Amino acid sequence: MVPFAGYLLPVQYTDVIAEHMAVRNQAGLFDVSHMGEVIIAGPDALACINHLYTNDFTSMQDGRVRYSPMCNEEGGVVDDLIVYRMAADRYLVVVNAANRHKDVEWMKAHLTGDVTLEDRSDEYAQLALQGPKSREILARIMTEDEIPAKYYTFRDDVTAAGAKCLVSQTGYTGEHGYEIYCRPEDAPGIWDALLAAGREDGLIPCGLGARDTLRLEAAMPLYGHEMNDTISPLETGLGFSVKMQKQEFIGKAAMLAKGEPKIRRIGLKVTGRGIIREHCKIFAGGHEIGATTSGTHCPYLGGAYAMALVDTEYAGEGTPVEAEVRGRKVAAEITALPFYKKA
Amino acid sequence: MNILRNLRYTKSHEWVEILEDSKIRTGLTDFAQHALGSLVFVNLPEEGDEVTAGESYADVESVKAVSDVNAPASGVVSAVNEELLDAPEKLNEDPYGSWMIEISEVSDLEELMDADEYEAFCREEE
Repeated sequence: MVPFAGYLLPVQYTDVIAEHMAVRNQAGLFDVSHMGEVIIAGPDALACINHLYTNDFTSMQDGRVRYSPMCNEEGGVVDDLIVYRMAADRYLVVVNAANRHKDVEWMKAHLTGDVTLEDRSDEYAQLALQGPKSREILARIMTEDEIPAKYYTFRDDVTAAGAKCLVSQTGYTGEHGYEIYCRPEDAPGIWDALLAAGREDGLIPCGLGARDTLRLEAAMPLYGHEMNDTISPLETGLGFSVKMQKQEFIGKAAMLAKGEPKIRRIGLKVTGRGIIREHCKIFAGGHEIGATTSGTHCPYLGGAYAMALVDTEYAGEGTPVEAEVRGRKVAAEITALPFYKKA
Repeated sequence: MNILRNLRYTKSHEWVEILEDSKIRTGLTDFAQHALGSLVFVNLPEEGDEVTAGESYADVESVKAVSDVNAPASGVVSAVNEELLDAPEKLNEDPYGSWMIEISEVSDLEELMDADEYEAFCREEE
């Protein structure tokens, strides 16, 4: 167990690799109750989140989920989050646990119009059921037509294992899956019911270790690694969620002033011997071109991979590079992201 | 946890087999492989490299972290189990069968524990 943002989390229940492979091949269950939940509500809620976040929520409908970075005035990332539209004037915002208090303070200081913000994190537990078997397993503890049918949609006020919850088709593994939000006192019952319902399909509990290797293999950025207060979402490959045509949002002016990004997030496949982890310098043709942000052995792909932020001039796919790992040079090649994409 | 009677042990969880002619063979203990978790990479020295007692001569890496493996004595690497380079999981599956290196011209042998002492030592570390 390790302390993480005020919660005690298991790094692994059995073995990181076994847990990782269960999610890719069958299903895994994660307790992600540490995530922060914030409600933004009021007549001006839509205008407010369009100001706070870089994505555009104007066309969003009830029951939809949308990902977005939240930037500071300099265009760096305060956090990345997902927004659930509960109603036209009510949004559930799910933020990273480690940033929860910073985010709440930042948002409170930058609210616009007639809105209220409540940090409801302590009233929510969250379980993530991920993997190709997750739909079948979930259907054994809830009514099939209450399961959200499409990616990035959700159903509120549904029942799982006899408890009220919100279920979304979302996740952080690159696999088909669901996230279940419920009252903390109901979480153990849902957890046990899912594990029992999924046993025949190979469902096992998964820890923080597998959560990290799965998101890395799927090349999903993690706050504090691929982005932070000084890295812009455009630099880290999140341009799809930055709507520059929007009239205004925090960070837009700075991004416009900065122009085309000079660094880019790229993938590295290790071609030499070793594992490249975070904070390793990257060299191409003798030039230092950037540094890694995450990296490890990816169990499903069976090789070592890393993500790095490098000078765009050297960011071309197939570029041979070297990483400095504990005083040794390890050969790698710039490769397309994501490393893994589900079939 | 498996501890073999015929081997001796360091405080950093390496096992040592004393061979003839001031030679030793060494690897990671069952306690070590269990604590490290599934190993996915090992970096070994080459034959002829010099190693120093108590200092790292190899790294082993799990998905989670990289760890040093220390030399139980100073000397010269006289054999390397290169099979491990392509099959680091053998260190998990058979830690006492998976020797890492042999050291010859041994000097400065570290203080080693016998099986009973090592068992007590591990119990304290748990």
